[in-house]
Amino acid sequence: MPKRSRDIAGDGGSNILAQVEELGARVRARMARVRRKLAVTSGKGGVGKSVLTANLAAVLAGSGWRVGVMDADLNGPSMAKVLGVRGRRLRLSSEGVHPAEGPLAIKVLSMDLFLAEGPTPLIWEATTQQDSFVWRESMEATALREFLSDTAWGNLDVLLFDLPPGAPRLPALAGLLGDLDGALVVTIPSEVSQLAVGRSVELARAHAVRLLGLVENMAGYLCPHCGAVGDLFAGESQFPAEVLGLPSLGRIPFEPRIARCADRGSPYVLAHPETVAGQALRALGARLSALLTLEGAGR
Amino acid sequence: MKFLCVGCDEPMRIHSVEGPEQGSVSVTFGCPRCSHRVALLTNPMETQLVRSLGVKIGGHGLPPEPLEVLSTALGSQREGAVEAAGEEGPVWAEAAEARLERLPPLARPMARMAISRYARERGVTMVTPELMDEYRARAGF
Repeated sequence: MPKRSRDIAGDGGSNILAQVEELGARVRARMARVRRKLAVTSGKGGVGKSVLTANLAAVLAGSGWRVGVMDADLNGPSMAKVLGVRGRRLRLSSEGVHPAEGPLAIKVLSMDLFLAEGPTPLIWEATTQQDSFVWRESMEATALREFLSDTAWGNLDVLLFDLPPGAPRLPALAGLLGDLDGALVVTIPSEVSQLAVGRSVELARAHAVRLLGLVENMAGYLCPHCGAVGDLFAGESQFPAEVLGLPSLGRIPFEPRIARCADRGSPYVLAHPETVAGQALRALGARLSALLTLEGAGR
Repeated sequence: MKFLCVGCDEPMRIHSVEGPEQGSVSVTFGCPRCSHRVALLTNPMETQLVRSLGVKIGGHGLPPEPLEVLSTALGSQREGAVEAAGEEGPVWAEAAEARLERLPPLARPMARMAISRYARERGVTMVTPELMDEYRARAGF
């Protein structure tokens, strides 16, 4: 009977299995200094995840937490822009690559910091791009792993992951980390969003990823002049948290200054903490902070 | 993937790894009993697939450089995106500096730090192209 692979010990000298284990160990070693790891996800694009993540980071940092933000959207990175660190030079030391520091000393790492200026797309060098669909996702997973293992995050109270659209992104990150504390699901009050987000929620459940709750972003339009809040979407009367079976963690109304602040690289909640939207963001941060602190005490 | 010398019924071991050159890596395996050799040649897609995994064929245990895959495989890199913190290190020969400059911008500070550390650990005071070759062979593909 011919030999099978398992009949032969080792792999001839590369020891690939040990290398894979070592790569995982490097991630675990780096992440051991991070108390909480929280993903901000949606499954749907255009719901304002990145801006919400930046504001949430600012609220938590403002309450004294040591906060990091990792932009896991490699193809559409925006955290560097939203947190005002675009174009910053990163320092390399024997500890690794040091993330950029944004407002309130929020540590930021984003693919945007490595790409040439302008709207440079993420392209991987290869002799040929033919058949790149075979290896591209694997390359991106490796890049994410390197972001985790080779960034000198230091001691953090929380590391927020801004995930790209797409249902499989959250389970993939959870698998890479091994100990993701949970995910915050973001939607907007529209049936289209609810459909896409619903699929992501179900996939996360199938992978046993813990979902902390739902945030309804752009829930109403806040007039920057009179402060009144009106409907922005037609489906405002529905209750997506109930439909998706998640605890509701907050409803954040949209107002134009949120977008303007993001373009300037300054979190809205720092400039406008007392508006309805500012208060909603602060309340969301406080809820999350309490949730994560309580869980931390229980560990 | 494992190779068996059918005549000897003996697992073959990696003898050498060369490349990638024009998208192809050549991995030579030898039978420890009869010394028969075979070479595995990858096509560009296979080379890229292995590269994307972040593992090294024929690696010999040197720790990977920070962001090793990203810094060598990312296209259109920003010049000066990463700068190395000043460290006491070996002198770099002009030819070694020139060779370093041929690397992608992100890979330069990573490689400088890793090769300087490699030199320091061996008591070498000057980094030369030969030392860079030695490092590369140890680091594997």
